[in-house]
Amino acid sequence: MKNGTLKQILLITDGCSNQGEDPVAMAALAKEQGITVNVIGVLDRFDTEGGRGLQEVEGIASAGGGISQIVQTRQLAETVQMVTKQAMTQTIKGVIDQKLNDILGESETVEDLPPEKRGRVMEVVDELGETVDLDVCILVDTSASMKNKLPTVREALTDLSMSLASRTGANQFCLYLFPGKRKSTQKVITWTPHLENIEQAFSKIGSHGVTPTGPAIKEALKSFNELAKTNWLDQDEAYDDGPR
Amino acid sequence: MMTGRDEISIPPGTIVSGKWHGRRYQMIRRLGSGTQGTVYLVKAGNKKVAMKIAKNRGSLISEVNVLKRTGELQGQPLGPSLFDNDDWIVNNQIFSFCVMEYLDGVPLSEALRNKPFDWAVIYVIQLLSVLGRLHRAGYIFGDLKPENIILLSPGHTVRCLDFGGATRIGRSVREYTTFYDRGYWGYGTRKAEPSYDLFACTMMMIYAAEGRTFEKNGNREKQLVQIVRTNDKLARYRSILEKGLAGRYALAEEMRRDMLQKATEQESAPVLRRSHTSRSAVSRTGSERNGWFGAIVTASVIMAAYVLFVMVYIM
Repeated sequence: MKNGTLKQILLITDGCSNQGEDPVAMAALAKEQGITVNVIGVLDRFDTEGGRGLQEVEGIASAGGGISQIVQTRQLAETVQMVTKQAMTQTIKGVIDQKLNDILGESETVEDLPPEKRGRVMEVVDELGETVDLDVCILVDTSASMKNKLPTVREALTDLSMSLASRTGANQFCLYLFPGKRKSTQKVITWTPHLENIEQAFSKIGSHGVTPTGPAIKEALKSFNELAKTNWLDQDEAYDDGPR
Repeated sequence: MMTGRDEISIPPGTIVSGKWHGRRYQMIRRLGSGTQGTVYLVKAGNKKVAMKIAKNRGSLISEVNVLKRTGELQGQPLGPSLFDNDDWIVNNQIFSFCVMEYLDGVPLSEALRNKPFDWAVIYVIQLLSVLGRLHRAGYIFGDLKPENIILLSPGHTVRCLDFGGATRIGRSVREYTTFYDRGYWGYGTRKAEPSYDLFACTMMMIYAAEGRTFEKNGNREKQLVQIVRTNDKLARYRSILEKGLAGRYALAEEMRRDMLQKATEQESAPVLRRSHTSRSAVSRTGSERNGWFGAIVTASVIMAAYVLFVMVYIM
């Protein structure tokens, strides 16, 4: 039996959005479509913006039902995979909490169970996290101030791909950069099971001053719709030998 | 920080009481902080035990599950034994905690700094037997690093401390530290298999010999092999370490057996003689005898000189 697919948007940014739609609203929209939005804020500029950047990072994640984390550039690799995995666990747990709610009536969550039962439920959550399929749309802020952090971001993403490939479930990634060359968001890698050889993707970036975070999230939502469409078309003939 | 709460400060003397099992503990002091929670020394009756309070509710659960599993194993314990697992409600906040045996000792990270390299070899050999038993129970340790190993005060035995990274074999590794992670160095996946832990053991040997951690440079595979080939302290164990890096040991026991054999081998390598920090017991008694001989010769020469001097002075 198919276990279903978790959908995530992973946003890597280092500051405030300043163009287009409100990113927090876009994140809320994503959540409505069953897509979790996680945000990683790369430190440095957050201090100078008087907490506004930090607020936005937390706002987007909370509206998108995901996790936010502020990091130093060099801790990026570890953080990216930790945030992704924790968000998966959180989503699965959310589903189980909902079920518990339906069964027991009250606002019960896994945490309200006695420790022994909690342990057993979490083993199931773990098991699901290992076997479930995962689609991640990655949005990378490439505004001027991010420029020297991009090599690290690139490495962190390759590392994430490797980490997730160690799971039993299948993975798919796609990668968008914002701002793009002419548009607000540029798709550089379309849905693929491995994020290897992505050096090319980052090579053609011009640096702009604007940070259109909202439009980027909106673009990510579109990519999930496209993926759903292709999956639906493929379903009859090629579903079984899909990417592993 | 995560969306969860930051570390809380709990003054000494505070009574922590469990919601489900009703046991009471009195806070003594903070011991340290791990990835998933903060560890405190507490009193249960008049016994000292360690209490780990979770950073996020739910983050301790997997660790507790592993501790339960390892606690059921026969023979020498692998880590601390688990006594209790409960929730503490204070100021309308709920904290999950678990209570474990208090292991008094020195973290391996500290011991490696203060002891000669020979000891590192012994610790790793001991660790390998612990790991072998953990692997047979179906888990790997995952986040294996000196900070997560403790040397019990009497007897120099190693025990694993923080089981938050322990992962069922076949799953993906739950937690890791880049320097000890084979994925970071390009030596394989993060799939939980015994060879993942054995890579970390190999890195511990490299860390102990080099005395520091370092980051990867351009050609990461060659980088580690280079160190294994050029570091004098590692010379004796070169073949083992290269195997450990490449993931060619399937079982901890195999690596342990090879290490043990190399460590007790008759000293034929001149390399060890040269390095002062890694003298084995055999060479020590030898050099002590040499030392005595030298001292006697020196003493008699001085005596003779003195007698001569006195004779000349009197005349």
